[in-house]
Amino acid sequence: MSGQTTAEDLGPVTTLATPIRLDFEFTPGVAQSRFLRGLEKGRFVGQRCPTCGKVYVPSRGSCPTDGVPTTEDVDLANVGTVTTYCVVNVPFAGQSIEIPYICAQVLLDGADISFMGLIQQIPTDEIRMGLRVEAVWVEPEELTPSLASVRYFRPSGEPDADYETYKDYL
Amino acid sequence: MSAAAAKAKRAVRRPVSIASFAQSENVRRDDQHNEVEMLMPVVAEVFANIGITKNDIDFICSGSSDYLIGGPFSFVTALDAVGVWPPMPESHTEMDGAWALYEAWVLLQEGEIDAALVYSFGRSSPGNLNEILALQLDPYYLAPLWPDPVSVAALQARALIDAGKGSEEDFAAIASRSRKDALSNPKAQVAHDIPVETLLRDEYVVSPLRRHTLPPITDGAAAMVLAAGDKAREWSDKPVWITGFDHRIETHSLGGRDLTSSPSTAKAADVAGVADGPIDVAELHAPFAHQEIILKEALGLDDGVTINPSGGALAANPIMSAGLIRIGEAAARIASGQAARAVAHATSGPCLQQNLVCVLEGE
Repeated sequence: MSGQTTAEDLGPVTTLATPIRLDFEFTPGVAQSRFLRGLEKGRFVGQRCPTCGKVYVPSRGSCPTDGVPTTEDVDLANVGTVTTYCVVNVPFAGQSIEIPYICAQVLLDGADISFMGLIQQIPTDEIRMGLRVEAVWVEPEELTPSLASVRYFRPSGEPDADYETYKDYL
Repeated sequence: MSAAAAKAKRAVRRPVSIASFAQSENVRRDDQHNEVEMLMPVVAEVFANIGITKNDIDFICSGSSDYLIGGPFSFVTALDAVGVWPPMPESHTEMDGAWALYEAWVLLQEGEIDAALVYSFGRSSPGNLNEILALQLDPYYLAPLWPDPVSVAALQARALIDAGKGSEEDFAAIASRSRKDALSNPKAQVAHDIPVETLLRDEYVVSPLRRHTLPPITDGAAAMVLAAGDKAREWSDKPVWITGFDHRIETHSLGGRDLTSSPSTAKAADVAGVADGPIDVAELHAPFAHQEIILKEALGLDDGVTINPSGGALAANPIMSAGLIRIGEAAARIASGQAARAVAHATSGPCLQQNLVCVLEGE
């Protein structure tokens, strides 16, 4: 052999790897920008539908029921109710939180839609629907226009919410 | 096939009218609005034009592509712009809105529904369009080479010159005329009056294509309301009717096609009955200037036909919407009385791979 590998040496092509990677710039839009700017200040900002009065957090700029712009900003409470939850026991690629941990839908007081949050400072076998929780924010100098500004939610110490108060949000 | 059989084949079973059309501003980069915010004013306008609400609609069909913003199911969240409550039959094509229009038209043919909303939206700006559009090529031989759309179109333009069907002067003349016509189109993104001699002094982007032969990169959205039966009359005093409609596709392999002709457009034109009467106006979706020459031949249009009075895709090329806009622009010419019979065309894929032909008539 002369040291040069020829196509014949390699034999027929049996597989072909074609790596594909695309990069994008995300455009949050007007409404979601307000939500993100709120996070930067350590508060949750939702938007109210002028037709049905529901408050969305974060709003994508429209009421998905009525199809009209949500333009009125609504400052929401720092506390809310766990409407449903999941205890994560399975490790997966890119996992940044030690398992087991609790992932829950949190309905902030004053909002008409829940969003997903990490629940900490409670044993995983004590998590329950109706648990009252409060947001724990990063240090003021670490606040950014991102949900990373919310470190996690923890029990607020209030009595559990009555099922009737969140049954429409499951 | 006998002439009678051909005629029967393309017979429109149920007249459908284009009751309303709206389009957004066409801009190079809209980084202020998300897809829902981009679409909402357009949907509101298309309803307000004829004084209806979403409750008057029986079906929604949209055209968009998740590849453009790199987010899954953007067509589902886009429905927030309409507000589909109570729930409504809805569909989506990963195609230009012109194909969503076709799907809605087929459903209207069946007679189950009387009105449909069609919309499309696309953002060319969040990603690298050259890379994204390379991924529509065949995944084994072409896509791994990442050929950009301008280079692919340049192969077609070169083949056209070699075949003696067009010249760089012809391409420049089409670009010059289109952008001059675009001066009277308030939605145009690129409009100016520059003579051919000046354009020909441009540098090549990819030979033989100079900058003026390329479409602009555009963010935009469009919407249309289709109506049949009583609603067509109720919503318009002078309905614009779809009297022929068809779309065809050619092989995925660029090497397997004669890039200087468009048999799929010719076939669609035949089925849609383009030649059944005189054509006053043609709105052709030719993103690259040289493609107008190919389409004009495939559609059998003579020199008396006014082509792209809106400026066409050379004036604004909102991805996923530029085809639907051609149909909207052609319908507007009929509604205004400037034309009695028009043909609108939409394309998708590289080098005019897929083509849709829609014949419109007033009364």
